[in-house]
Amino acid sequence: MEYFLELFMSGLTRGSIYALIALGYTMVYGIIELINFAHGEIYMIGAFTALIVASVLTFQGMTGAPVLILAGVVAVIYSMAYGYTVEKIAYKPLRQAPRLSPLISAIGMSIFLQNYVLLAQTSNFLPFPALIPEFAFLAPVRHLMSSAEIIIVVTTAVCMVLLTLLIKYTRVGKAMRATAQDRSMALLVGVNVNRVISTTFVIGSALAAVGGVLIASHIGQINFFIGFIAGIKAFTAAVLGGIGSIPGAALGGLVLGLTEAFATGYVSSDYEDVFAFAILVLVLIFRPAGILGRATTQKV
Amino acid sequence: MLELRDVDTYYGNIQALKGVSLRVAEGEVITLIGANGAGKSTTLMSICGIVPPRDGEILFRGQPIQDRSPDEIVALGISQVPEGRRIFPQLTVAENLDMGAFLRRDKDGIKQDLDYIYGLFPILAERRNQAGGTLSGGEQQMLAISRALMARPQLLLLDEPSLGLAPLIVKRIFEIVQRINADSNTTIFLVEQNANLALKAAHRGYVMENGRITLEDRAENLLANEAVQKAYLGL
Repeated sequence: MEYFLELFMSGLTRGSIYALIALGYTMVYGIIELINFAHGEIYMIGAFTALIVASVLTFQGMTGAPVLILAGVVAVIYSMAYGYTVEKIAYKPLRQAPRLSPLISAIGMSIFLQNYVLLAQTSNFLPFPALIPEFAFLAPVRHLMSSAEIIIVVTTAVCMVLLTLLIKYTRVGKAMRATAQDRSMALLVGVNVNRVISTTFVIGSALAAVGGVLIASHIGQINFFIGFIAGIKAFTAAVLGGIGSIPGAALGGLVLGLTEAFATGYVSSDYEDVFAFAILVLVLIFRPAGILGRATTQKV
Repeated sequence: MLELRDVDTYYGNIQALKGVSLRVAEGEVITLIGANGAGKSTTLMSICGIVPPRDGEILFRGQPIQDRSPDEIVALGISQVPEGRRIFPQLTVAENLDMGAFLRRDKDGIKQDLDYIYGLFPILAERRNQAGGTLSGGEQQMLAISRALMARPQLLLLDEPSLGLAPLIVKRIFEIVQRINADSNTTIFLVEQNANLALKAAHRGYVMENGRITLEDRAENLLANEAVQKAYLGL
């Protein structure tokens, strides 16, 4: 039972990170039907930014939680700027082009950003300081869950709730939903659709950066390639949950994270990907639109 | 109030509007009739900036608007009820109406207009928390008109409001359109295939064929015009 709980917590942690990244994929897809393959790279850039800021701050003699928070904030802002710029450079000029063009542009952007970080930094794994402090009150259950895991799961939950409120109740949230459902009608009621699309990229990038900072601090090392792997997994999570659906991205992330954790724990870590993708195949056979995805019908 | 001067609009290489010129005066109900594919909807989309003209001028209250973005045009006071109604299917009725008032900040005015609309269409008040996509065709048309009214437009563009609706509901919609014109002196630009109905509701009419305006007259004269009767009224 203890082993089960331990695996469960580790799966939940992994799943949270997948979910945070998957939200960016699913929101962008919901609005412009594009798989933003450069999204994983935004997550990686978030982690690198945090590492640089954290190193500088640590060098200045700061420690613990303030370093994490400051590094996190800078990483989020920096990643938002990257997300915004990527959309402006790689996708906006292709708004009227056939759907394949922005997809290719996205793959190009992903390769470009990976290599840019590779050249600017190094191809080696860099150690990332463990910035998440250990909580004293967790001492009795330390063998089941670490503070880092708790922080990751709680932060993800908070982000999800904030995002849901934003989309449901704010003006920009309503504009996003309207744009996703009927872009030219949104234009006709006066929505600045380009701004809505930019906002979507910026929000998605911020969430990915949060994920990047948290996981880097938890795992303890990063390199230029982490965005690719995490991106593929998060994309899988988004499809699993139903691409375009925000609760779907959250659920897909958790299902994927837990599957991997249990596969690693009870079978072998060599098989974690096998199980992850087997779940994907199974779900898509029986529910092609994903767990919470729906085939939309419209009355005319 | 609105004037089009020699407007040419293209979809890629295909020219949909060929030198279209027309005028709408303040407080008027005018109608643009014509066959399927004549360019009626394109005319409205050009006015709204969705498919901007390649050549020519569109003036609203004397200002050229052909280079303005769609949201700027809405802000100037032009709202469109597009063909097929285009309700946001997963937004509730109330949220759809909210979207109509997207560019407005005057909370009291919005509340007032919402009350007016719920008075005009009590069924919408009843269904305010229902998803727009679950309404019947007639209810969706009422919602689409209401959504456009929520912008408090000076000029309301209506594209085929009778399309696919039962005759009784069509009659009701046309009554409401005339009432909107009378109540708030909103200028109305009505595009219709149902020429008989449209000409009875309008003050003046234009006839469009293959992207060109071919005829322009007072509505009662068009109704009596032999060519129009043959081509559009089935007489």
